[in-house]
This record gives sequence, structure tokens and C-alpha cells, in this order.
Amino acid sequence: MSRERTYKVDLLTRVEGEGRFHLVVDGEDVKEAHLSIFEAPRFFEAFMRGRSFQEAPDIVARICGICPVAYQMSAVRALENALAWVPTPEIRTLRRLLYCGEWIESHALHVFLLHAPDFLGYASAMDMARDHKALVERGLRMKKAGNSLIEVLGGRAIHPVSVRVGGFSRAPSPAELGALRPALEQGLGDALTTVKWASGLRAPELESDYVFVTLCAQDYPLEWGDQIAISGRGQFPVEAFDELFEEQQVARSNALHCRLRDGTPYLCGPMARLNHAHERLHPTALAALATSGLTLPLRNPYRSIVVRAIELVHAFAEALAIIDGYSCPQPACFDLEAASASGSGASEAPRGLLWHRYELDAGGLVETARIVPPTSQNQARIEADLVAIAPELLRLDHDAATRRCEQLIRAYDPCISCATHFLELTIDRAGADRSSAI
Amino acid sequence: MDSSNPVHARRPRLGVFKLASCDGCQLTLLDCEDELLAVAQAVDIVHFPEASSSLMPEGPFDVVLVEGSLSTSEQLEQLHRIRKNARALVTIGACATAGGIQALRNFADHAEFARAVYARPDMLPILAKSTPVAEHVSVDFELRGCPIDKRQLIELIAAMLVGRAPVIPNESVCMECKRRGAVCVVVTKNQACLGPVTHAGCGAICPAFARGCYGCFGPRERPNTRALAQHMRAQGLTGREIARSFRLFTAYAPEFREESERHES
Repeated sequence: MSRERTYKVDLLTRVEGEGRFHLVVDGEDVKEAHLSIFEAPRFFEAFMRGRSFQEAPDIVARICGICPVAYQMSAVRALENALAWVPTPEIRTLRRLLYCGEWIESHALHVFLLHAPDFLGYASAMDMARDHKALVERGLRMKKAGNSLIEVLGGRAIHPVSVRVGGFSRAPSPAELGALRPALEQGLGDALTTVKWASGLRAPELESDYVFVTLCAQDYPLEWGDQIAISGRGQFPVEAFDELFEEQQVARSNALHCRLRDGTPYLCGPMARLNHAHERLHPTALAALATSGLTLPLRNPYRSIVVRAIELVHAFAEALAIIDGYSCPQPACFDLEAASASGSGASEAPRGLLWHRYELDAGGLVETARIVPPTSQNQARIEADLVAIAPELLRLDHDAATRRCEQLIRAYDPCISCATHFLELTIDRAGADRSSAI
Repeated sequence: MDSSNPVHARRPRLGVFKLASCDGCQLTLLDCEDELLAVAQAVDIVHFPEASSSLMPEGPFDVVLVEGSLSTSEQLEQLHRIRKNARALVTIGACATAGGIQALRNFADHAEFARAVYARPDMLPILAKSTPVAEHVSVDFELRGCPIDKRQLIELIAAMLVGRAPVIPNESVCMECKRRGAVCVVVTKNQACLGPVTHAGCGAICPAFARGCYGCFGPRERPNTRALAQHMRAQGLTGREIARSFRLFTAYAPEFREESERHES
């Protein structure tokens, strides 16, 4: 007699973009485990061809409404690398501050509005607010503080306008940044409270043997880094991305799966960063980690809600430190000469490593663009974890088991709009017009 | 006030839908941190997948907000279902109102483009063009922007709650720029700026950040794009640069599309 059970959700909710999952289990045997992405591809790499390198930060922002700054940061890193220009320390610091704003808004959104309802048993944060108003308000307050930081630096919270290849079109005055202090101080306090709260949430048991992948630099991985760290394998130049990873096309999905060259799925994002770089956290965040009850290496993805809370502490503490030491970059922007060149760059989006590569012609127009977002890198790992929880699902009724799968998928904070723009790229690479370029 | 308006009889039922997009416009609703919980009390949010697991895609809705452009045949079918179940349909953002950045593919020779880009173009459920919602169904109101502006969204919701028309001025970015006291980047820095032909709503962010407007709210009513293009030419921009200026997030809006086509070669 078949003991086959199917768990599926046709439209994943509380994630960014459109996906579904499908898990078929027979006894303890997993017959299928798919996270499918059906979001329509938008052809970014294709239509970026022929655009000026100066337009790239504005265009790539539109890949994702939740993490536009991450796209802008990886793009300017790649293009400035291509044009052999190193940003001044002041410009780097201002970029890090902007990125702190994005981590804050994105993590607060995910922790409180997208993920917390799973732990507390609600359909949405709006429903949750009926019983846990102070909790939701705390999340919204932090989110607003992050958005305010992006607005002061970039004009608006979504798709900010000031990021340029070569710097910022305008840098804020110390007084403008100083005005953010009270909200950021409150945010830091709120984030510390959030670490305590998240540590007390009951997380389902799950331990997987992850290979973690992060950007690697002197500081906690964020806007800067020329090396990629792969746990158990070492550190490699960002430029070597293609030698390290392989993108595989999967028929059921409009996004590629990334794996290590030997086929191993890997994980990027907050849990990977914490495991690789916890000693580089801001001291206040390191202290919060010590009281959180997490033991490293952390291998339970459900606990990523605690890690995001710790990264919220880090981002608030670091933003405050940057504001205190701020001096306006002079000039705010350098004019870079167009050149026939190519380069890669990466940064740590809230969800994980985001890698870009561009080739420019002599006039500074993009010849090829490649973008590898974190969610396509995590997709194979998410599916492996769905397989891993299959035995546990036997002990739950069907609805609870389905919700458990969703909770697990949300733990990765998948950003599905990001993941899909690059189907065309795969095939582009396999196609004739690229073979001549390589 | 018309008390027979069904909107007043109970909380209006709101749905939020997504087509091809970056999610930024619907995120704008969640970015109304000070208003979100009040909105959730005043309005019955019955379908909003990005924020809630409780779904009701078939409605019925008093108002739906639709983000994104039509990019696949499935989305087209979905849009017709949404329209059928909604008393009022409001499009939010440059993708829904103008086709979005992904409408850049509309300017390529589609067959050539598909062959160049896809090994198996026959496998794709993709429509030849990325198009705005109003090309397919009737639209009751449009909120412009890439992304939409939070204040305009709140104005729309407030207007809907009391049954009046939203007050969204149709003027150019230049008007906002002057009110903001920003320095004109065309006059002082000889930068290219789409402000004179672009719909207001962002608050003239780009000039305030020392750069020209790049038109993400799309054309204002009766924009004189030709005069602006002549000025850009006088500023030293090449035809291609002028074409690219008009060809960004609202490239497929008719006025910008036509102007870009004049300078294409």
C-alpha cells in the first residue's frame, strides 16, 4: 500500500516574488522536493547591453524593491573594479552606512512582517498586531529607522537615486546624519530586545551539514570584500566566481541553481555570515550573540531569525559609529573615464552574496552583464533541507506539515524577483553570441 | 457624502496583486510604517500574498492595487480575472502603468532577440512585449512612479475610504523642484534632466540630489518632449544618448517612446 503524501503550496506567501513548492514523500523516502520559481523573467542582463556604465546602478536597483541598495553596491564594485578605480575611504564608509540602512529595513521586514507570524501562528503581521501590537510596532519602528537612513542618503527608501559609479551624486551633511541619531539609538535598543525575544522562540529541530559561502574582508561582510570564503575550502578571489561555482538549469524553475563545482549545494546569507565572521561583529552585537544562547557553528536554519536580530544590532551599532565619525567625502563623486574593460564585484545583500560582472566597450557601454543573486544560490540548499525535514513531517498533520515547509523556506528569506531575472542569461551563455566573447 | 456608497456600508475589501515587477510598489504599502496598522483596521486586506498567508484571489474586491506589467500569457488571464472581481482597479507604479524597465525588450526585434538570448525560445511562456495594464483592461486610477510615492499611496487609500477622488496633481517635476527649493541642474550644471516633461510625485528627488531627473514617474500630460530633446542636443548629447534618456523605466509610455524613436539611429 502506498504511503505517498504530497505537501505543496501553489503560491508561497510572505516572500518577495512568486514561487511554489512541491514535496512528495513515500514513507520516509522523498520522491520529489522542488522549490519552483514561476515569476516571469525580466531580461535584465539582456537589455543592459548597450546602456552606459553610469546607468547601471539605476537599472539594476529595479531587480528588487526590497534590496535595491545591494544591487547598486555590487554593480558599482564590479564597474569600479573594471575601470581600475578604488573608492576613497570616505566614500566606502558612506556606502557602508547606506547598506546598513538596507540591512535594517530588510531584516526588520523579514523578522517581524514575514517570518514572525510563522512562529506565533498568524497569517500576517497585521493579524499578529491584534494580539502583539507592541511587538509589531517595534518591528515597524526599526524598519522605519532603516528606511529613513536610506532616504537621507539616497532620496527615497526604494530605488534611491544618489549611488553613482565613482561615489555619490550628493553626500549628506553631518547635521542631516546627526538628526538620525535618536531613531538609530532607539533602533539599537529595539534590536537588542529583538535578540532576546527571538532567542526565546521555539525553533524546530534541524541540523544540516552546510557549506557556507560569504564575502570575506577585514570587517563583517557587507559592502566590501575581494575574497569569497567557502567553509572547508578556503578563500578565493571574487573574480574567480565562475571557477568556484556552477549554475545549473532546472526545467521546473525560471531561475538557475548554483552549486559548488563538485555539485555540493551551499548556503549564503545571515547564518553563513555569522558562522564565518562573528568575531568581526560590532562589540555590541558580539555581546548580544553571547547572550542569545546560539552556539557556533550554527546549523539550524529556523534559528536564522535570531541571526537577523543580531545583524540588526550590528547594523544599528555600526550606523551610529559611522555617523559619529562622519566627515563629508570631498568630492562626493569622481568622474571615471570610460574604457574597454571588464570586472567583477560582490557584496552581501541581506539574503546573501550578490555577484555582478560587466564587460564594457571603449565608449563605456555594457557589452555583457551577469548577475548572480543570493536566492538562486540558496535554492538547491533549500530543496536539500526540504528533503531533510521529510521524516519529521510524518509526525505532523497535513496542514501543520505544509506550514512547517513554508516556515523553513521563509527562513532563507527568499527573494524570488531577484532570482528570476537570469534565466535568459544561462541560455545566453550557452548561445552563439557569447561564445565569441569568451 | 453619498451614504448609499457601498464603501461606507462595511470596511472596503482590498486586494494587492503582482505581475512582472520588482515588488517595490507593493512594498511601499508595508513601508507606510506609521500608517500600516491603521490602514489594516480601516480596510479589509483580503489578498496580499507578500504580507499574508490568508489568500482570496477571487475576491470580490472593492479595490485592487495591481503592480507589474503583462509579460506572460498567464498574467494576461490572471488580469482579466482580477478585473472581473474588482469594483475599482488601481495600477501602481511604472511597470503597471507603462510596462516598466522590462519593456525595453519591446524595442528589440523580438524574434531576433529571442533567438539571440534563448536556446529554446519555444519553451518560454513570454509575450513578445511587456505592456501596461491599461492596454488590456479598464483602469480606474493610476499611481505613477518607480517606485510609487508613499504620500500618494496614502492619499489614494484615504480618498477611497471617504469615497472621493484622490488629489494627485498632474504637473511636472519642475514644479516640485521649485517648491523644494532645489537648484536647477540644467541651468547651473548643464545636466540633462527630464523634469520638465515628467509627471510630479517623487518630490523632485534627483535634482535635490544634484542630478537630472530620469523620468521614473513617466510623461506628464501633454509633455513637450521635442523641445526638451532639442535642448539636450544643444547641451551636447548625441542622438543615442537622448534616446536612452527617454528609454528607461517608463520607456514604453507613448510620449517617451515616440521621442526616443526620433533619436534612435
